[in-house]
Amino acid sequence: MSEQPKKSFLYINRKAPYGTIYALESLEVVLIGAAFEQDVALAFVGDGVFQLIEGQDSSAIGMKNFSKTYRALGDYDVRKLYVERESLAERGLSESDLMPLTYEDEAEDYAEKPSIHCVDRTEMARIIGAADVVQSF
Amino acid sequence: MSTLHTVNKSPFERETMATAFGHAARGDAVLIIEDGVYGVRKGTTFAKTIEESCAICKVYALGPDLAARGIKTADMIDGVKVVGYDGFVDLVAGHGRVCAWL
Repeated sequence: MSEQPKKSFLYINRKAPYGTIYALESLEVVLIGAAFEQDVALAFVGDGVFQLIEGQDSSAIGMKNFSKTYRALGDYDVRKLYVERESLAERGLSESDLMPLTYEDEAEDYAEKPSIHCVDRTEMARIIGAADVVQSF
Repeated sequence: MSTLHTVNKSPFERETMATAFGHAARGDAVLIIEDGVYGVRKGTTFAKTIEESCAICKVYALGPDLAARGIKTADMIDGVKVVGYDGFVDLVAGHGRVCAWL
């Protein structure tokens, strides 16, 4: 059997963490996709931007703080996290409120590079249009 | 006796918080929990509704839910008070009824 060509997967995250299970489930699916060595990118739109907020502490609500898992995405070659600027602004947020997520670029002596890219809505539409497969959570 | 209104949905995703504040009478209390706490952050498109409501009713947010979602006291709209689970119980006991805007 010949090897299948690599496909680009875009996972759109639209829900806040903790209140529903969508954010955690999306992260699980992303890690599975990355394990199959596909070209994986994440988009954060609407309440999805809340998933990346720095300083989450869920110890008092009895739920797992899975925000730390986003920091591991770089190790799974998930290096493209697109965050919509308009969604941040509507929610009183800016890029400085987000976790500093990075990956190591082996092509440049493992230099740490940012994984988060803030894009405007028009650019987000273009990113969606360029993906082979889109999954929305 | 006055009414305690609870809101547990993000105001950016559902209209329940707007509905709750629209139906809170003078002297009522509104307790914001779970994903509702995203609404108490300063500078959002929803902030004006809460700021205006603070003059009419008491507005509370649940501390453990704020912490889980990375919202610090300094990020919050002035006038919104933080309560713990014990304060939640006191609010329920201190009002005639609870109206949960799910």
